[in-house]
Amino acid sequence: MSEIIEMPKLSDTMETGTLVAWLKNEGDTVASGDMIAEVETDKATMEVECFADGVLLKQYLKVGESIPVGAPLAAIGQKGETAPAGSAKTTTPAPATKAEAPVASAPAPTPAPATSKPLTAPSAQTILDVRTPATPAEAVAPVHSTPTPEAEISSDGKRVKASPLARRVAGNLGLSLIDVVGSGPGGRVVKNDVLAAAEKGIEKSTTTVSEKIPASKTAPSVPASADLSQITETRQEKVTNMRGAIARRLLESKTTIPHFYLEIEVDSEPLGKMRKVLNDQLASLTPQQGGAKFSVNDLILKACTEALRRVPAVNASWQGDHILHNGSVHIAFGVAIDDGLLTPVIRDAQVKNLRQIAAEAKELITKARNKKLKPDEMSGSTFTVTNLGMFGISRFFGIINPPNAGILSVGAPIVQPVINAAGQIVVGERMSIGFSGDHRVVDGATAALFLNALKAIIEAPEVLLV
Amino acid sequence: MRKITYRQAIKEALIEELRRDPNVVIMGEEVAQYNGAYKVTEGLLEQFGAKRIVDTPISETAFSGLAIGASMLGIRPVIEFMFFSFCYVSFDQVINNAANIRYMSGGLINCPVVFRGPANGGTNVGATHSHTPENFIANTPGLKVVCPSTAYDAKGLMKSAIRDNDPVFVMENTILYGQEWEVPDEEYLIPIGKADIKRTGTDLSIIAHGRAVITALAAAQELADKHGINAEVVDLRSIRPLDVDTFVNSVKKTGRALLVDENKPFCGVGAQIAFHIQAEAFDFLDAPIARVSAIDSPAIYSKPLEDEQLPNPRRVVEAALKMG
Amino acid sequence: MSTQRKKKTDSTAEKDNASPVNYAQADINRNLSKDDKIKLYTDMVRVRRFEERTLRAYQQGKIGGFLHLYIGQEAVALGTCSLVGKHDHVITAYRDHGHALALGMTMNECMAELYGKATGCSKGKGGSMHFFAPDKNFWGGHGIVGGQTPLGLGLAYGVKFQELKGSCLCFMGDGAINQGAVHESFNMASLWQLPVIYIIENNGYSMGTSLERSSAHPGKLAERAEGYGMDWDYIEGNDIYQVRAKTHIAMERARNESKPTLLEIATYRYRGHSVADANAEKYRTKEEIEDYKKNKDPISRFQKQLMEEGVLDDSRTKEIEKLAKAEADESDRFANESPFPPMSSIIEDVYWSEDNGRQNDQQGRIFFEVPNS
Repeated sequence: MSEIIEMPKLSDTMETGTLVAWLKNEGDTVASGDMIAEVETDKATMEVECFADGVLLKQYLKVGESIPVGAPLAAIGQKGETAPAGSAKTTTPAPATKAEAPVASAPAPTPAPATSKPLTAPSAQTILDVRTPATPAEAVAPVHSTPTPEAEISSDGKRVKASPLARRVAGNLGLSLIDVVGSGPGGRVVKNDVLAAAEKGIEKSTTTVSEKIPASKTAPSVPASADLSQITETRQEKVTNMRGAIARRLLESKTTIPHFYLEIEVDSEPLGKMRKVLNDQLASLTPQQGGAKFSVNDLILKACTEALRRVPAVNASWQGDHILHNGSVHIAFGVAIDDGLLTPVIRDAQVKNLRQIAAEAKELITKARNKKLKPDEMSGSTFTVTNLGMFGISRFFGIINPPNAGILSVGAPIVQPVINAAGQIVVGERMSIGFSGDHRVVDGATAALFLNALKAIIEAPEVLLV
Repeated sequence: MRKITYRQAIKEALIEELRRDPNVVIMGEEVAQYNGAYKVTEGLLEQFGAKRIVDTPISETAFSGLAIGASMLGIRPVIEFMFFSFCYVSFDQVINNAANIRYMSGGLINCPVVFRGPANGGTNVGATHSHTPENFIANTPGLKVVCPSTAYDAKGLMKSAIRDNDPVFVMENTILYGQEWEVPDEEYLIPIGKADIKRTGTDLSIIAHGRAVITALAAAQELADKHGINAEVVDLRSIRPLDVDTFVNSVKKTGRALLVDENKPFCGVGAQIAFHIQAEAFDFLDAPIARVSAIDSPAIYSKPLEDEQLPNPRRVVEAALKMG
Repeated sequence: MSTQRKKKTDSTAEKDNASPVNYAQADINRNLSKDDKIKLYTDMVRVRRFEERTLRAYQQGKIGGFLHLYIGQEAVALGTCSLVGKHDHVITAYRDHGHALALGMTMNECMAELYGKATGCSKGKGGSMHFFAPDKNFWGGHGIVGGQTPLGLGLAYGVKFQELKGSCLCFMGDGAINQGAVHESFNMASLWQLPVIYIIENNGYSMGTSLERSSAHPGKLAERAEGYGMDWDYIEGNDIYQVRAKTHIAMERARNESKPTLLEIATYRYRGHSVADANAEKYRTKEEIEDYKKNKDPISRFQKQLMEEGVLDDSRTKEIEKLAKAEADESDRFANESPFPPMSSIIEDVYWSEDNGRQNDQQGRIFFEVPNS
């Protein structure tokens, strides 16, 4: 019965050892206490001692190779005995062989060259999307989109400062702290202030935050003798709650979700043609007459919903110990606003027709720009669509909006030479659609099925009308 | 009731325990023949003899370790540090041995030893003799530390410390030694780990230990007389164990906590108290927790500045008023 | 018979070497029965096999932290600890496995402690450097160089205070001799005439620093006793008979006269300061280690003596070897299969009062947080 000598732990911090030299060869007689090898640890080069008597049957390691502590180094046994096969996984100092990239998760491509279309420089470097062309004149002052107790804003626009006790007492009395005058240091509302206010009978404030928003700013005009020594004034910008939330959520997404990226090119000509027909017929009519106007995005949202119906595995989310398959499509889409972006959600898109989706999207965009979205209009999505096509971006990949398992990134339709069915080079239109997937939930093949379903729908868009 | 000094109260505790338990030994620099640097052990040598009252050479490491070693065999040494500042000399014995031996032996060995002596600044002796190591000691699991503020507490806590089977540090105060308080004739013990409300109030909880309690009481009087603020004064008495419930309940009642101690503020006792208050009385706080500690530099020698470096009633009153 | 040098005598250790004494004939050794001698020998072998087994377990990654092996020094622990009686106490530094086994602690409880298991002598709370067995008068295993010397003073003080005829054997390495605590303790031991025997196990290296590079005093380490008016002696530590004979004299002085002694016992460790110490290259030569193993090994020497005395023969020796190895292997199996301590035990054994129902008479929180079990 042979005995295995393992890579010894030779220091308190050693995890792997590298073989420097064999001091005994295979076939040599060894005795307990003999040194059989030299091993380099994280601290020093040290000798490895033999704990058995017999013959060195097998050396499992070549000079220069490394194995973890506890992995077989040598076998000792009686002469003529066969040593067990080594199972040590060694690593050599030479560069490791490059692992094959999994089929499904192609690396993110570098951005394609910009088209000749002039860019209307977007102010926000949004990774999630923007959906309508920026209209800077509509810029609004930063306001928290989801007010929290800590973020109460008083009539003068300042954060309400109140002691925990004052908050608790006010809560018990059903009193808003917004317009209670604080008598504590720095205007802090203390318990006595709340009690005094309650006596005076201040009711729960009905003033809403949005009404306090100052009038629109206009873009500053460039002075005649502009200072060109700096591109902008060096300054610190306070992180708004929205910016903080974007930073936190997207960092968490990008660092904790194993993203993979697929891209598909679709023929966007039929979609554009159908949109033109619909808008030509319906845009000039009143709502009573059935009037409507559809954006490319509306059509993509509907197409995406239909594609999810065909490949529902993508409409799922990772829940740690299980995967949640969602029965409904709650589709989110990105809306760029002056100081960030919001992702309103169209609920149960699978039961809504194109007209309903377009109307709902329009309403949500208006609310987003006016900061009137309610929290439940911005949460609970199962999939997200982003679109930078209107900025001339031809292709990109968004960061997944948790807990979604994927995000669609829609590029601009590009007029370009294409090869038609007859093998001729003709002028055509192509649109690139990127998909970022959560590899814990969706694999490449599934995502490819989804994108092909989407491609089929977009290229035969009439199906969106039924 | 009779009044006796803080010094006399400690001496009475030592005498009573020396009589009660033949294993109790008083040991330290000049505790016997010289009668003690601060006369706490005056007359004990005559009364109990050289076996029980023992002068040591100036070797804090050796006699602290000796006490710990002897305590493992069931002797109950009461070690006097002439100043608690000198316990730093014997920190290896105190931290590695007294605190750890019970644990490292899996509970097989106990160290019933008491380290006592003055641990205070404010006496114009400069930085090396003015340390308040209660936070250092309390930071070490295995040790207990108490800081009596009155003669009554000093006697009751000292007797409990000597009877305790764990190492206990009793931190006294040279400025209090000569002050008198009411102390009953009959025997009593004060449990280690029980805070005491020294003054009841409704508007503000001043939480203090050691001589800072006396400062806090003076400040509370002024707040009541001149500013109509009715402050409660909580005396921690023991730093480890810490009577969290008593001071948290006080803060829940008043909504305000002002922490006063002669300890240095950085990672000091007050920081620990503040943690418990925010954790357990957050929704009861009507103002941020305020602290008055020693000003954060080595103890200064110059007297007028030293008087300002330590908490005094004026600084405490100012801090209370600032809380709004 | 050895005359232990009284303070300020002129006799030197070299004189002894010139006219060797037959320590086997010292009273304390002459009265040993055949079984006693075989037990002494067996225990030396057991210590060595145990240490070798711990090394292997360490190298298998089953033991963490530091491991300071005693291999080569066995005659010191066995020679001295075999003299310990009811009122004699032992305390040492971190190289403590030899003393622990010599005092009767089992391989199982020691190995389990190294594994950090609940069945360890300290329930997995002490580790290699912190073995304790107060029921066997063993007061530890201490991790800080020299830190145990004041405690040894205290144990001797306790014996004297209780008016018992006993002593304390307080061990340290040669590296401890330049720690302040040691000198404070020497002074107080002599000043208060405490029955403590300070034993320097001089293996030549304070960690990785040779004696010459760490001590200013050129003579014997034990000569420093003279500065404190304390008796001292120098012992050849590979000769267990000599270790016993001279230590016995010191212990009798402690028991009968309540006087301290400083003993320097020359010995050698084959292994590094700890097992992570790449010893051969840095501060001593391989040849030096080989020389000790071949020519001065305390176990081989005692084995040879016992064979000459007719106490041991080849087959008995082999049997002892085999049993010791089996016992060491069994301790490894025991430790390996023992459970780790429960999470709740992390705050047990910190305070006597907590473990004994303090809530009845006291209040206040003593722990910042209590773990979930």
